[in-house]
Amino acid sequence: MTVEKPPLINPYDNLPSFDLAEPKAYSPSEREELLRRYYPDYRPDRKTTLHVGANAGDVLPDEIASILESRSILSKNVLPAVPSTPDIEVDLLVIGGGGAGIMASIFAMEAGARVLLATKLRVGDSNTVMAEGGIQVALGEDDSPVQHFKDAYRGGHFTGDPELLSVLVREGPDVISWLIRKGVLFDRDPSGNLSLRKGGGTTRPRLISAKDYTGLEIVRVLKEDLLNSGVTIWEFSPAVELLQGPEGSCAGAILKDVDNGSLKWVKANAVLLATGGTGRLHIGDFATSNHFGATGDGLVMAYRMGAKLLNMESFQYHPTGVIYPSEMAGMLITEAVRGAGARMFNRHGKRFVQELETRDVVASAIIRECEEGRGVRTPSGHHGVYLDLTAIDREMGEGTVERRFPNIVKLMGKHQVDCTKQPILVYPTLHYQNGGIASDTSGRTHVKGLYVAGEASGGVHGKNRLMGNSLLEVFVYGRRVGEEAAREALERKPFSWHEVNLGHVEGFQKNLEKEFPGTSRPEAPILFPDYRKHSHPDHA
Amino acid sequence: MFQYEAPEGAQMIQVWINGKEWQVPEGLTMIQAMWYTGHEVIHGIGCLGGVCGACAAVYRMPGNFRLFNALACQTLVKEGMAFSLIASYPTQRAQYDIEQIPDAKEGLFTLYPESATCRNCNACTEVCPQGIDVRTSVWQAAFGDFKGVAETTMSCVMCGLCVSRCIAEMAPHEIALYARRAYGSRELAFPENLRQRMDSVASGTYDEELERLSRLSPDQLKLECGVK
Ligand SMILES: Cc1cc2nc3c(=O)[nH]c(=O)nc-3n(C[C@H](O)[C@H](O)[C@H](O)COP(=O)(O)OP(=O)(O)OC[C@H]3O[C@@H](n4cnc5c(N)ncnc54)[C@H](O)[C@@H]3O)c2cc1C
Ligand code: SF4
Ligand code: SF4
Ligand code: FES
Repeated sequence: MTVEKPPLINPYDNLPSFDLAEPKAYSPSEREELLRRYYPDYRPDRKTTLHVGANAGDVLPDEIASILESRSILSKNVLPAVPSTPDIEVDLLVIGGGGAGIMASIFAMEAGARVLLATKLRVGDSNTVMAEGGIQVALGEDDSPVQHFKDAYRGGHFTGDPELLSVLVREGPDVISWLIRKGVLFDRDPSGNLSLRKGGGTTRPRLISAKDYTGLEIVRVLKEDLLNSGVTIWEFSPAVELLQGPEGSCAGAILKDVDNGSLKWVKANAVLLATGGTGRLHIGDFATSNHFGATGDGLVMAYRMGAKLLNMESFQYHPTGVIYPSEMAGMLITEAVRGAGARMFNRHGKRFVQELETRDVVASAIIRECEEGRGVRTPSGHHGVYLDLTAIDREMGEGTVERRFPNIVKLMGKHQVDCTKQPILVYPTLHYQNGGIASDTSGRTHVKGLYVAGEASGGVHGKNRLMGNSLLEVFVYGRRVGEEAAREALERKPFSWHEVNLGHVEGFQKNLEKEFPGTSRPEAPILFPDYRKHSHPDHA
Repeated sequence: MFQYEAPEGAQMIQVWINGKEWQVPEGLTMIQAMWYTGHEVIHGIGCLGGVCGACAAVYRMPGNFRLFNALACQTLVKEGMAFSLIASYPTQRAQYDIEQIPDAKEGLFTLYPESATCRNCNACTEVCPQGIDVRTSVWQAAFGDFKGVAETTMSCVMCGLCVSRCIAEMAPHEIALYARRAYGSRELAFPENLRQRMDSVASGTYDEELERLSRLSPDQLKLECGVK
């Protein structure tokens, strides 16, 4: 096939005229072929087979394999010696201050545990605060938790864990009521009921939201409730390694104070990983919608200790991330705009996919357009397609975009794009980690004393997550795992600090040396992505 | 590895970061300009998406006496701009349990007695990077119109810039948060559709069916869930 080379243009000069003709629907086999050829998960390039650890044999994206088969950041040669006493002793250490970590901390505290919440940036600086679209909860008259279960299982391409899913849908309504009692304001219909919207891949309208500020509205409230709860909070203190106790169990963690580099040794009866996702690893060089701290640290630490991971080859590339203006690269435009009638066009002004196809199909179609030369070139050399919101106002009345998507209008406006009048240039953005650390319905991993909740966990969504189910997972499992971990922490047989060590890290590094003799391995967790342009000695 | 690139052929411009002069390409945000010049940014960065409020910044433009504020992850540098991040602004925050406060309206004056002392200078509104009419929200709170506060302050990212300017030394965003929570938790009727669904879940309506589904073989389950 000959590939046209698009000329260099300012994407807003010479806009093509948009031809509204609807593209034809794909047949199942066309859809499959499109995914196989263009969706990053299914492409064979940029993949590595794991050799070390519980998931040896898995074929994963290079960037994930690289952090999993890595050395500790604590030393080049010898690991630090365990000090004679820990810096702090608690029942439960929660690592990560996003939605899952905050929920877990509040509920563990209520269950009577002494809780330390350690997080990388400030509490609430997370993917949770960024959520725009909403939360799925089955409230409609023609809807039920059973229907929700079926949609989620089908949406996950029949790979989700049924037990985890049934807990999710059953406990959903109750956890939402807790949020409301704490003062979270969800959109209401005129009769005072929670308004329900339709999201992609569901058979019923089931999304509750707070305009397109859903995550922000929830985090504002949760953070304040946490600050008033008595939980001990250490900000700017990422975990860099777990600690091993009797019989290979988890016995605490080492935190690193990012301001002075000092290490804080935490002894804990239970440790809960709520470290969220991996967008900032920029798998396949994709831009990301994720917050600055989404570097998969929890996966790295848990894997070294022997925890199993699930579905780590599977990621969600959200079709509509901003690609121009370039300084906004990766920022999400919620799929609710396509639900409301936004249309997509290639460089020639032609539509190329039905906009309400599933996320993976739409993303693949955009990648195809760009790889075959029908994308719009941006001034920094990337390609994208037009996402036009003006159709929404035309069809649903002037002012609809402004009313329903105030956040998008405000953010694009700050970069001189009036998206009520101009199209937005988009390209898929790395958005969500479908897989993660395997656990049961109480968040127990394969390592005793180690628990997981939220995006860091795998299983609920299988290989694909429907919009709105991840926030629900964060609140349902954050609460549930916080309570369970607290209970088990309080019951755990006491052990002494002398039994605590870093043997698992030593063992893992020995295995690395065996598998990769004479080669240096990357160090992880990486904690912060490095976008600095100029040389700096500590990063040379 | 992925990089935030300036547009091809971008002009170099002069900026001052924390008081020091640098040359950077136009088309970068303040935070990207800091990366470009080799700064490691850890305080003053969070979502990079304009919603977490971690990146409050203050800046001046040449030949202009005015002091501007902005979110550093969303604001492009311009020729001659001098800026600094305000990674944290000390703020007084009340301790309370929203469900236990005896009277939601009175609670505001117990927790934030200063909320009735607004002097109407409007500095808070002028500084707000989200374009919120902050002064109005403070008056709405003081007059007990918590619903109004909720609507006015929907997009507040809790950056604290309004605190930095208030001549009555109050924290308008904390006051607003109290009013929003009091409205949602104590004043607004609990949604009926949610109450009904909670009742039917609690009475076990779905348990049998969910358990049956969880026990099916993968093939059977696929059959039951596959059809819409
Ligand atoms: C832009 C955007 C929009 C979204 N919209 C929706 C939506 O509409 N509906 C929906 O259901 N889902 C949505 N999602 C997904 C959803 O928001 C996330 O999956 C979910 O919030 C994850 O919550 P979490 O608590 O597991 O992780 P996070 O909220 O990301 O929290 C993880 C926390 O752990 C911290 N951390 C990381 N590493 C360490 C370490 N080593 N030590 C200590 N702390 C650490 C992080 O800094 C962060 O604070 C969206 C996601 C994004 C990015
Ligand atoms: S109201 Fe205050 S805290 Fe909220 S966004 Fe505006 S300036 Fe920031
Ligand atoms: S800055 Fe303070 S005193 Fe001035 S209008 Fe705002 S709340 Fe009132
Ligand atoms: S980093 Fe979150 S608002 Fe700028």
